[in-house]
Amino acid sequence: MQKVSAEQKIKTRKEKLKKTRFRIKLPWPLSIYQTYVGKKWVMALTGIGLLGFVLVHMIGNFHLYEGPTQTHEYAELLRDLGGHLVPRTLILWLLRIGLIAAFALHIHSAYSLSKRNVITNSQYRGGRKYVVANYASRTMRWTGPIIGLYLIYHLADLTWGHFNPDYVRGDPYHNVVASLSSIPVAALYIFANIALALHIFHGTWSIFQSLGINSPRFNPYRQALAGIFALVIFAGNISFPIFVQSGVIDDRGDSIFETQPPGNSES
Amino acid sequence: MLNFELNPNIPTGDLEEKWQNHKFASQLVSPNNKRQFEVIVVGTGLAGASAAASLGELGYKVKSFTYNDSARRAHSIAAQGGINASKNYKNDGDSTYRLFYDTIKGGDYRSREANVYRLAEVSTSIIDQCVAQGVPFAREYGGLLDNRSFGGAQVSRTFYARGQTGQQLLLGAYSALMRQVAAKNVELHTRSEMLELVVHDGRAVGVVVRDLLTGQVSSHSAHCVVLATGGYGNVYYLSTNAMMCNASAIWRAHKKGAAFANPCYTQIHPTCIPAGEDFQSKLTLMSESLRNDGRVWVPRDFDEARSPADIPEDERDYYLETKYPAFGNLVPRDVASRNAKTVVDQGRGVGSLKNGVYLDFSDALGRDGEDTIRGKYGNLFDIYQRITGEDPYKHPMRIYPATHYTMGGLWVDYNLMSNLPGLFVVGEANFSDHGANRLGASALMQGLADGYFILPYTLGNYLSNHLGEAKVSDREPAFKQAESKVDSGTKRYLSNMGTKSIDHFHRELGKIVWDYIGMSRNRAGLERALSDIPALAHEFQKDMKILGSADGLNQSLEKAGRVADFFELAQLMAKDALEREESCGGHFREEHQTPEGEALRHDDDFSFASAWEWTGDPKKAKLHKEDLNFEFVTPTQRSYK
Amino acid sequence: MEEKINVTLKVWRQTSPNEPGFFEIIEANDISTDASFLEMLDVVNERLLDIDREPIAFESDCREGICGTCGLMINGQAHGPEKATATCQLHMRTFKNGDNIIIEPWRADAFPIIKDLVVDRSPFDEIIESGGYISVNSGAAAEANQIPVPKEVADTAFDAAACIGCGACVAACPNSAAQLFTAAKIQHLNLLPQGQAERYNRAESMIEKMEEFFGTCTNHGECESACPKEISIDFIAWTNRDFIKSKLRNPKKANYK
Repeated sequence: MQKVSAEQKIKTRKEKLKKTRFRIKLPWPLSIYQTYVGKKWVMALTGIGLLGFVLVHMIGNFHLYEGPTQTHEYAELLRDLGGHLVPRTLILWLLRIGLIAAFALHIHSAYSLSKRNVITNSQYRGGRKYVVANYASRTMRWTGPIIGLYLIYHLADLTWGHFNPDYVRGDPYHNVVASLSSIPVAALYIFANIALALHIFHGTWSIFQSLGINSPRFNPYRQALAGIFALVIFAGNISFPIFVQSGVIDDRGDSIFETQPPGNSES
Repeated sequence: MLNFELNPNIPTGDLEEKWQNHKFASQLVSPNNKRQFEVIVVGTGLAGASAAASLGELGYKVKSFTYNDSARRAHSIAAQGGINASKNYKNDGDSTYRLFYDTIKGGDYRSREANVYRLAEVSTSIIDQCVAQGVPFAREYGGLLDNRSFGGAQVSRTFYARGQTGQQLLLGAYSALMRQVAAKNVELHTRSEMLELVVHDGRAVGVVVRDLLTGQVSSHSAHCVVLATGGYGNVYYLSTNAMMCNASAIWRAHKKGAAFANPCYTQIHPTCIPAGEDFQSKLTLMSESLRNDGRVWVPRDFDEARSPADIPEDERDYYLETKYPAFGNLVPRDVASRNAKTVVDQGRGVGSLKNGVYLDFSDALGRDGEDTIRGKYGNLFDIYQRITGEDPYKHPMRIYPATHYTMGGLWVDYNLMSNLPGLFVVGEANFSDHGANRLGASALMQGLADGYFILPYTLGNYLSNHLGEAKVSDREPAFKQAESKVDSGTKRYLSNMGTKSIDHFHRELGKIVWDYIGMSRNRAGLERALSDIPALAHEFQKDMKILGSADGLNQSLEKAGRVADFFELAQLMAKDALEREESCGGHFREEHQTPEGEALRHDDDFSFASAWEWTGDPKKAKLHKEDLNFEFVTPTQRSYK
Repeated sequence: MEEKINVTLKVWRQTSPNEPGFFEIIEANDISTDASFLEMLDVVNERLLDIDREPIAFESDCREGICGTCGLMINGQAHGPEKATATCQLHMRTFKNGDNIIIEPWRADAFPIIKDLVVDRSPFDEIIESGGYISVNSGAAAEANQIPVPKEVADTAFDAAACIGCGACVAACPNSAAQLFTAAKIQHLNLLPQGQAERYNRAESMIEKMEEFFGTCTNHGECESACPKEISIDFIAWTNRDFIKSKLRNPKKANYK
């Protein structure tokens, strides 16, 4: 009897793996998302969108170096995207919705891929030695959630004003400086950006693989590009807390609202 | 009841027409009738996989068995050199007839003209088939297939895929097989070892297999059985064969009545890495192409202790170049092997065990530079370094011959059917096409020719005579008897309270077979083997030790049955070698050589294939002869002076 | 030069798929550095037999690094520390006297352990079954030189075809993904002109079959470094592209690019 059960055991284990895959087949193109390679594809595409956001966000923030007025003008410009052709903030909202969707898909695909990998993986009792997998690739599963959690805090802090007693709605310059001049907040900011840089480093090079952008002509540059990109984002982003802490960017008291009262802006 | 007339069933007509005539004369099975027939194919190497796939495509219901965990692992995969075909792409004068002639001459005129001609004839279709399957053969810059000259052939007719031709061809056949598995035409049983052939009413009707994972013994019946289970080179223990290669399938078929032909024809490959100590489990082949640039030598002094680089030119013996000025280091395999044995037996061997000869590349390295040599042989040099820990760019390689291929096997007629009706044998497992010696790059050709292009026709012809017959039930007593025989064998092995491992006995057996039935044989040695082997076999039966149980994976138990068969087969090899009072191809009897030390054939007395009948004791096997008639070629004596 | 070393083995023992396994500590003394890793295990097995212990079950066949039957996790690395080397080609001279060597079977849920170090790799066969072939019946082939194949293409296809199906890529992958195996098999055929007719269907069906059993690729590259045939993860990228193209293409139109 025992011999049959041994064979049976192997069979049921394989069945279990199959079963975790099985579900109702959705219509095209949603069916693509039901495959893991499809999920990786969605993850890569949304990743491109998020990388774009991170880059533009950082560049926009460089207005902090110009001073409160310019920062405010930049914020206003974002709200006025599309000029007078579309209602004010419509395009900004569309971008925000797109961004939220990208985040949602990125997170969902990451979650379901990780879930799968927990099922299929068996741990080595004697340990495993990594040869080429780097710290960034192995920590994607952790840097992702760290960034996600930080993002919520970041929004609560600077957009909704939950944690900041000095919060002034519609005055980003003031809010950033007020927040980052606290040492714990600045440290948290830097920590989150380390996670972001690691995530971006592996993510950027992964995009090429997942989308199949691969040619011996440029393959050697892919990792370099990922490294440079991650470094630029990291350096650009951590410059804000560092310069706020060191006083290069400071709340000079010349609040923009001395010339332009609040009330008609929308964040 | 058994038929030992050994009618080769060669079709009439001119050599060029025989196969065409035969195909036309063969009866066909209509597509809807093919579905009624079940065929068992044992083995999934080149011959077995290609046969099972082709039969599946035709619509037969095929059951395929392999003891490996996947059909992709059979030892065909290790063939390095290439596959011959008379495409004449090089415009260098190759033709079907030339390939036929080279093969029959290379086999030292001990094979059937009609079979060999057919092999040469279908060789070109094999290349077409494999290319269509996606086998990535080497190509020239124009995108067309590349060829090279191989094993001393004067034309470039060898197709190759780097040094992994066997692997690529097997993956092609395996993929064709898996396609038929997906189409439900083939039922594939992996990790299933055939342990008995079942004969009912004088016909082969099924097999008994043991599931190596669960130990379950089961019967499978069919309308006919195809054995594609490879050669018996592992009888030597150390050989270039894979660890699991064995003769059990063909040997057990032999014991059920199939004639075993020419067991003494074994091929020794001259360029292998010499054996190390007792723990050595197998030998590794280094491609013969190395002899194109390497020079073979041993020290003149018997007690040489210096490292090779310190031995001056005039104290080195380039024995092949001296003895065979015309061919030098490129003499045929058997000549190179025997001469290596001679110098090692004299005590002039090299290496710590004094069991090899040098293959020296220093001249070539000086002439062409390291980069050129690396480009040609880099892969092989790496293998050598990995195994021996020596750098062949700095020190000469040490090489020694090793068993590589066995030309003998079950006797088959032109239809590849043995004297047991319904039992077909293909590939290395049969004896048919290579005579006493096989040409380089011809094993792959024969395996695929049998499987893709010959068996599908001849098997249909046999089955057409059994239209409308149901297969024999696997509940017949013949099956039950075979099953209980397997069971009792297993029980006996496991209950044996001996002291020594199966490997121990296999190793000891291998030493005897290598010493006395190896590269060169003589009467005294063969008689010695015939008395030593049964004595060791007796000890084996008494003193073997196997732990574990029969109802799960038990690798020692698997080996026990295989080694037991090797003991019997080795005796038949010795007997066959003793009876064949001549030297031919891979069989060299020291009593029969020319004054120059070359193999001397005795065509008047021995122009026949020896087919042995099992009588219950391999020493008392009964000899039947199939006379070989040469209508189209005239046997000549080789000379490489 | 040959020397004798003593090593301590920590070997995974498991009597059947049902039983829980455990590590057994075995002192392997007096091992020649000229022995291969598997020959060392052979020697250990003979000694175990002498003291009435069941030998360690492990698989091997050709012992030339081409059949892909062998495969052990040695000190946390698939096929051990040597690059481009299957377990059977690993030699004891890689180790030093006094070394501890941890030996485990491949671990992945799709590769259940059968006994000790032997696992079941049959999902690989199922992947091939689902499309790893070119549909051509015996005898149906055209003249071999009719379709020229650029040398670069043939060479690249060969690089993929060199896969020996050992499963080291799965074993080395922290996700137990079989992407490298599957991609090598797909690209071998998809790169060649002969494989074009079934190119996209092949990519789709083989990937979907693979996903039934294995984890997903996170582009670590561990598979590439463990592969005894050094198969490149470039093939994975190309396969991803074929797969997505297949999902987006017009299925009624010709498959060609």
